[in-house]
Amino acid sequence: MKNPTLKSENTVLSVENLCVDFEIKGKQVQILSDISFSLERGKTLGIIGESGCGKSMTALALMRMIPSPPGRISAGRVVLKGEDLAQASEKRIRDIRGGEISMIFQEPMTSLNPVFTIGNQIVEAIRRHKDIGKSEAWKEATDLLDIVHIPAPNRRVHEYPHQLSGGMRQRVMIAIALACEPTVLIADEPTTALDVTVQAQIFDLLNEIQKDRGTCIILITHDFGAVAEMADRVLVMYAGHKIEEGTLDEIIDSARHPYTQGLLRSMPEIKVDPGDIRESLAEIPGVVPDLLHLPEGCPFAPRCSFVMAQCQDLPHYMDLGDNRSVKCWLAQEDSRTKEQA
Amino acid sequence: MTNKNLLSVEGLEVHFKLKRPHLFASQPTLYAVDGVSFEIVRGQTLGLVGESGCGKTTSGLSVLRLVEPTGGKIVFDGVDLRSLGADALLDMRKRMQIIFQDPYSSLNPRQTAGDIVKDPLLIQKVGNPKEREERVSELFTLVGLQANQKELFPHQFSGGQRQRICIARALALNPDFIVCDEPVSALDVAIQAQILNLLCKLQEDLNLTFLFISHDLAVVQHICDEIAVMYLGAIVEKTNRKKLFNNPRHPYTRALLSAVPTRRSSKKSNRIRLEGDIPNPVNRPSGCRFHTRCMYSQEQCKFEEPQLVEKQPGHWEACHFETTNL
Repeated sequence: MKNPTLKSENTVLSVENLCVDFEIKGKQVQILSDISFSLERGKTLGIIGESGCGKSMTALALMRMIPSPPGRISAGRVVLKGEDLAQASEKRIRDIRGGEISMIFQEPMTSLNPVFTIGNQIVEAIRRHKDIGKSEAWKEATDLLDIVHIPAPNRRVHEYPHQLSGGMRQRVMIAIALACEPTVLIADEPTTALDVTVQAQIFDLLNEIQKDRGTCIILITHDFGAVAEMADRVLVMYAGHKIEEGTLDEIIDSARHPYTQGLLRSMPEIKVDPGDIRESLAEIPGVVPDLLHLPEGCPFAPRCSFVMAQCQDLPHYMDLGDNRSVKCWLAQEDSRTKEQA
Repeated sequence: MTNKNLLSVEGLEVHFKLKRPHLFASQPTLYAVDGVSFEIVRGQTLGLVGESGCGKTTSGLSVLRLVEPTGGKIVFDGVDLRSLGADALLDMRKRMQIIFQDPYSSLNPRQTAGDIVKDPLLIQKVGNPKEREERVSELFTLVGLQANQKELFPHQFSGGQRQRICIARALALNPDFIVCDEPVSALDVAIQAQILNLLCKLQEDLNLTFLFISHDLAVVQHICDEIAVMYLGAIVEKTNRKKLFNNPRHPYTRALLSAVPTRRSSKKSNRIRLEGDIPNPVNRPSGCRFHTRCMYSQEQCKFEEPQLVEKQPGHWEACHFETTNL
């Protein structure tokens, strides 16, 4: 069965059966297996998973930034407004990076250059993609700082990254990413290094930008709270596989894959009225498998409490309708009855 | 001596003298911890929550005198820790241990896991080599590691397993009190649950007392009995976990709670948003330290520092006003 990918007029970006291989110690290792999703205008897609599940690699693959060698896109298409980026020329891709698709990285401390002023770094991004003069670009940089709510942008534009706090640096990163009015903004764990009150400010800012400009956002995170705050649709990843996809409410209220259920249960959540007794949290036993020695069949089978004989074969995507899919044999019944009906 | 409180801290201060910016300038002081008081009941857990730079880690370290406090009193089981000499302190350290935040940098990469766990026993000269070896095996089982993993080096373990080694090391001397300094913040969620459950189980089995330092309110709610919220070196609110989450009083606590993203999107309205960043602890704001970001700030707040007072039975708050009804 083919992957369900919604095709509608609003679709800006669609990823179809994307596979990425790495050559490690002379062995081909598939680190992204058959990833498909589509992104609509003005919407946010959350990609969630534990470290090493391939969520950042998916983002890098979209922009063709996978270190090569050892990595390469071995199959699949990344279609942005009708153009397949996986096949595009290197020159074209350079225009797309920072132009059509831009990225906010996790660590604002390490992704800004310490020896240039923030103005310099924003102007560099603007002038790479737009044919405008220096003074005009500087004016635009100041305006961008204003858009991301940095106080006194006229003064700040001449400051160096070390003079700014963590939250401000992340705002500068967002300003650089917005410089060329991208269609797609990839935010790779944009708030992991920040405090909660600052994190809330950054989410507000991203939501505001999306509302004003209709930007699509791909939010990569390990935090269900962050996803709930931002995302319209959610994609859950495990060991390089997309194991579940659906709308935010579907994933949170009726997760079908045992891994998604386990992930949701294992997170402590703030309750307004905590009981007197500490309840123990649900655990997912074991650890994320090593991609070099993946088990045969379903990658989650060794940690799954519902494991059965069928799990020795890799499940295909069970289509549950409405662009909702689960990669688990448990959902087979439901998807079949749908097909018959 | 029978005392309900295992640890009581009174007016703890840690001030760091910084380098003079130039020859004739006065020496600036960083007020990392500025008059913190709390008690921990034997067998219970006190949570210390706050944003980075609020002094929660420094408080934890100075309670063990790993950072020398510059003022205040620390009484551990009836003994004033600040009056102890080096030998007496070493003796006392048998009973108080710490688990650090980052299991990647707090283990010596050149020592095997077994040697790391054995180190406290050697330093305190406990038992003979055979007994020590047995104790290490016992500890490995206790924290859920295999005894045959003793010969492995830290890099051969995953993050969660490394944190288990850190916990085993902290438990080696059968302590009464453990400072847990963000023990789960470097771990993945699924692993975080394993470690939190382990800590809860150990606390019940071994009757441990925890000072639990964290920035994650959900984790704190899960594990702590009493919670103190810190802002810029001082406690702004202190109560038991039920009251804190059910009826938060201080404007900072309420802002912190509403900033935590929740799974349910229904609460998205009526958010309290704080403007700006946490101020620099070298140039603290005058008066109430929170007044620069507080939405209820008045003239009085700029000049007068509010004290931590018991506003309701068992509910302490440092604020001039009753802001809960505003």
